[in-house]
Amino acid sequence: MPAFEYAPAPESRDVARLRASYGIFVDGRFRAGAGEAIKTVNPANEEPLAEVAEAGRADVDDAVQAARNAFEGAWGRMPGRERAKYLFRIARAIQERARELAVLESLDNGKPIRESRDVDIPLAAAHFFYYAGWADKLEHAGFGSRPRPIGVAGQVIPWNFPLLMAAWKIAPALATGNTVVLKPAETTPLTALTLAEIIAEADLPSGTVNILAGGPSIGQAIVDHNGIDKIAFTGSTEVGKAIQRAVAGTGKRLSLELGGKAANIVFDDAPLDQAVEGIVNGIFFNQGHVCCAGSRLLVQESVIDDVIAALHRRLTTLRLGDPLDKNTDIGAINSAAQLARIRELTDAGEEEGATRWSPPCDLPDRGFWFAPTVFTNVSQAHRIAREEIFGPVLSVLTFRTPAEAVEKANNTPYGLSAGIWTEKGSRILSMAGKLRAGVVWANTFNRFDPGSPFGGYQESGFGREGGRHGLGPYLA
Amino acid sequence: MRKTYKLYIGGAFPRSESGRSYPVTSPVGELLAHAAQASRKDIRDAVVAARKAFGGWSGATAYNRGQVLYRIAEMLDGRREQFAAEVRAAEGGSAAAAVATVEHAIDRWVWYAGWADKYAQVTGSANPVAGPYFNFSLPEPTGVVGALAPQESSLLGLVSVVAPVITTGNTTVIVASRERPLPAVSLTEVLATSDLPSGVVNLLTGFPAELAPWLASHRDVNAIDLTGVDPADRPALQEAAADNVKRVFAPADEDWHSDPNTARLAAFVETKTVWHPVGV
Repeated sequence: MPAFEYAPAPESRDVARLRASYGIFVDGRFRAGAGEAIKTVNPANEEPLAEVAEAGRADVDDAVQAARNAFEGAWGRMPGRERAKYLFRIARAIQERARELAVLESLDNGKPIRESRDVDIPLAAAHFFYYAGWADKLEHAGFGSRPRPIGVAGQVIPWNFPLLMAAWKIAPALATGNTVVLKPAETTPLTALTLAEIIAEADLPSGTVNILAGGPSIGQAIVDHNGIDKIAFTGSTEVGKAIQRAVAGTGKRLSLELGGKAANIVFDDAPLDQAVEGIVNGIFFNQGHVCCAGSRLLVQESVIDDVIAALHRRLTTLRLGDPLDKNTDIGAINSAAQLARIRELTDAGEEEGATRWSPPCDLPDRGFWFAPTVFTNVSQAHRIAREEIFGPVLSVLTFRTPAEAVEKANNTPYGLSAGIWTEKGSRILSMAGKLRAGVVWANTFNRFDPGSPFGGYQESGFGREGGRHGLGPYLA
Repeated sequence: MRKTYKLYIGGAFPRSESGRSYPVTSPVGELLAHAAQASRKDIRDAVVAARKAFGGWSGATAYNRGQVLYRIAEMLDGRREQFAAEVRAAEGGSAAAAVATVEHAIDRWVWYAGWADKYAQVTGSANPVAGPYFNFSLPEPTGVVGALAPQESSLLGLVSVVAPVITTGNTTVIVASRERPLPAVSLTEVLATSDLPSGVVNLLTGFPAELAPWLASHRDVNAIDLTGVDPADRPALQEAAADNVKRVFAPADEDWHSDPNTARLAAFVETKTVWHPVGV
């Protein structure tokens, strides 16, 4: 296959309107945090982007108090139809500033601008727009005739979709009349703080949303705070379990969206070219920093050679490099720590006897980078088949019968997502029924929509985000 | 004739593997029977039975599950005098109150029987996503549910806990009231003759304080219902449940004689969402 040469097509960095420093957002205004300021870096070149104020425990107290006041005051008393207008306004403001937010997201996170521009930011706006419309219709949502908000929601989100995860958390909480204290991830606070600016400009009553940058200790302070009624967490299963233990006996409501090790199952009658696109999108989208990534490829034995050959061909055309280049497919790994984790697990894959392959791929000299990697000859006992890698690493296994595919797909403590590739409709429905996963993509993968409930079975967490079901975790 | 009250595991009626039993008395202190005192090993056996039954029961049609639940109501109705007597012996109170309690228990089975083939219609959805995809969401059973039955309401409370769990296709291991286990054991005779597949409901008698921690920490139990656990004893169990991210249902006190709602159905289901492209 000929290799096409692409001229650089960089998006302008200036569009991000990056500021030298960012404060925390408490009670409707930005201010310095009690913690030490942290430098957030561009993972593509390790250069500092901005100085971000880190919250201290006193700031958490203030934020919770502000949220409580707003809940008992202006926001809590506001009729749903008025809350809706604020949420619509936020959605519109995100759309207006979409390009700025996309560039900022790619700078801070390392993801390709094509993804932040076409996926993260539009979905974040859509999420606010969707939940806006629920705010004055909650009595029709199937949660009783008089659904009530819970109170103050403490929300802790990860670094893989920074703005989108903030939208997933804040929009349903506000639509249902709760108030919010949100902590973005330590390495990706910038778009959440810009969202705080949007919220301030939208004139939400002060204290309705409070956004605190900080590390795990601030997350812990939020989880443990007596003034919080509900915790929503997206992140690793390990931390999720710790949070579930921490809230035991407190009466706090809890929803968890945790890790995954999704099976992407390819049958011999699948349209292979489409399947290969789905496999690539399933595991290399967002550098594999996706909790629902299709990280375990299960291929029917009779077509394994064809699938691997097509996959190798396709991967050699992926373009890794500058996240701000519009032609880039694979961006930077978000942090040095995550890169180390990916290296540890891929090293274990080799040590345990799996066969490693990557396309020819020049990695930039600076920044955090990892080439797309495919492991074949993987057994179910290998760490790379059991543990969430959260990187651009695919583990390939085979099966002979549909029953064996189900058995292998379900052989995991996780249960977030799964994929099925076959032309046979009855097989899709049969497989979809048997896979123990909260989201099943048939002949597609990694699709998201604000109207589509998302969340896991088993150790992938509980509660749903998105759709009518996503209101449930925020209603008493 | 005096009856021997045993456990109900995988459709069989074994004694506790531990060989232990304990005396059960009426509220006025009269000896009613010696019930089996289940052990950790019995819990594990019951979980194995519940897991084995899960595939078949969750895969049965909702119509089939509804008919089985209705059959349970029929069988219970046929033995209402026996159960009224047992409830009265266990709980005290008037004969009329015991009869009313049994009637409520029968009605509860009928109520949930009707839910079996409606719950997915009411809580499922076709989701209008912004793209060429058909997208739908359906409730599915969570899996094996460990449950601690109410301590006071020996029959109606137990039925109110078990019925919603199995309506949606879960299987269960339930620990009966410590002081009032006998009506629950008799109920298993009804379950065994109602076409309910073996292992869907497994009932243990014994000391909840001894058994609950094993149930809460068991890795192959997906959810736990703490209805019968005193609020002061719940935090430790909730903490143990986090080891495998169990769903925990810890409700406030309920009046079992009032009309039920769907909260107990909702507590033990997962929402599954399926996407497929639309095209030619």
